[in-house]
Amino acid sequence: MNREDFPMLKNNLIYFDSGATSLKPSCVIKEITNYYENYSANSHRGDYDISLKVDKMLDDTRCKVKDFINANSSREIIFTKGTTESMNMIIFGFMKNYLQKDDEVLITKTEHASNVLPWFILEKELGIKVNYIPLIDNKVTIDKVKESITNKTKVISLAWITNTIGDIRPIKEITKLAHDNNILVVIDGAQSVPHIKTDVIDTDIDFLAFSAHKMLGPTGVGILYGKYEYLNQMLPLNYGGGMNSFFESDKTMEFKELPERLEAGTLNLSNILAFSKAIDYLENIGMDKIEKHEKELKKYLINKLKEIDNIEIYNEGTDSGIVLFNIKNIFSEDTSNYLNHYHICVRAGNHCAKMVKDELIIKNTCRISLYLYNTKEEIDKFIEIMKGNKEIFKVIL
Amino acid sequence: MDSNLRREIIIDNYQNPVNRKRIDNKDFIHVSTRSDSCIDNIDLYVKINNDIIEDLYFDGEACAITTSATSIMIKKIIGKNIQEVKELMNNYYNMIDEKEYDEEKLGELLAYSEIYLQPNRKKCAMFPFETLKKAIKEYENKM
Ligand SMILES: Cc1ncc(COP(=O)(O)O)c(C=O)c1O
Repeated sequence: MNREDFPMLKNNLIYFDSGATSLKPSCVIKEITNYYENYSANSHRGDYDISLKVDKMLDDTRCKVKDFINANSSREIIFTKGTTESMNMIIFGFMKNYLQKDDEVLITKTEHASNVLPWFILEKELGIKVNYIPLIDNKVTIDKVKESITNKTKVISLAWITNTIGDIRPIKEITKLAHDNNILVVIDGAQSVPHIKTDVIDTDIDFLAFSAHKMLGPTGVGILYGKYEYLNQMLPLNYGGGMNSFFESDKTMEFKELPERLEAGTLNLSNILAFSKAIDYLENIGMDKIEKHEKELKKYLINKLKEIDNIEIYNEGTDSGIVLFNIKNIFSEDTSNYLNHYHICVRAGNHCAKMVKDELIIKNTCRISLYLYNTKEEIDKFIEIMKGNKEIFKVIL
Repeated sequence: MDSNLRREIIIDNYQNPVNRKRIDNKDFIHVSTRSDSCIDNIDLYVKINNDIIEDLYFDGEACAITTSATSIMIKKIIGKNIQEVKELMNNYYNMIDEKEYDEEKLGELLAYSEIYLQPNRKKCAMFPFETLKKAIKEYENKM
């Protein structure tokens, strides 16, 4: 789809690592320079035209994000650096005050580090208990969530789609079950928001974190969504300019309302405003169409891979555009290196979810993550190279 | 060393590495390195007495370069004293960094003489030695 919009694709590259970061269309790249060349000013300070323009564009972008995930109010949308910062704000800015000793938090062993480590730290600090929902065939089932809930469970914190095996979790059902038991739901949307339609009202989730750079946007920008009542109780992790109404030498101070209260300091304006173009771009195509395209590609890819006899595929049954595989008896990094010789970018390793090795039989895998700009032709080229894998050591050594 | 020979040495040591075994014995220093790139993971079990590397095993999952370099390192350093090992390491690192080095002393390690052509693999070739460094440090701290 729309390959001519992506300058990186002119480099004769087969890019299969959009799960790490996506490529950017020209309209996003141009908007970054547009900011610096035509309306380079700070926000919230505006006594002159270009600063007012920045304010207006910032508001528009916030509204766009709100509509994109179908939130109630743009005050529920906070600009951050990325999923990682959003998760840390949720856990240390809100949960740290909300939870008490012995309260339980449910995660899984296939979560990304940013949905694990902050919880581990909170366990140390507060004496809460982080428990794992057992996975069935590496997936979360509603039954296992049910079995894992105790009267101490206060939070369920999950990736909507995992960056490892790419399973899509039944978030709406989980949230319903959670709310029936007075449990809050935190969603890591880093891999889902770019690929499937997100509706925070329909799913009723309480918090959502995601990154612009995985959805055609620039690096260094993320979103924190929270229901207003919770976000309004969140304590800032940063204090300073932009978030205060006033402060005096006698140490009285007052902070602004949402969203500014949680956005201290100068924002990453050029990239936030360019993110707005990424959302336009995705909406113009339509998330349904993107999801369908990826599904089709994945099916095509898996069928072709299966025709090669020494390939092992680990996540055939999952619905997202992520495929995990190895060449039999070849270490994943050697495979990614081999592919790199042909300018094919795939990721090798355990994909920063280091606990996955407890679950999958195999520790290290190659990961292909597809996006809207990938094509069957690229897959065909990749398959050609993979068919020659008997020569791998001739190529990489 | 020609490229076919280099490749042969690497593949041979990758597919049939020496001393691959988990050791559970207090006489051995156990060090584990997980590479920052989230991939290679090697455990070394080193027995050092009177500054001499008396025995050495490894365990773990790693790429062809790391695994073969570990196997070759093990063969080269068992029986050597720490000073000799450090000299070998220096010499080897000089080769990897395209500095002057003494070919005579490297033996099978010459299989990595052109690894600089693939900068992203340099760390793989150095990985076993980096892990060994940790064990030597632990030994020296105990002394
Ligand atoms: C599931 C998941 N969560 C969180 C993150 C972290 O995102 P970021 O590095 O943009 O903060 C990633 C990115 O790799 C991810 O895949």
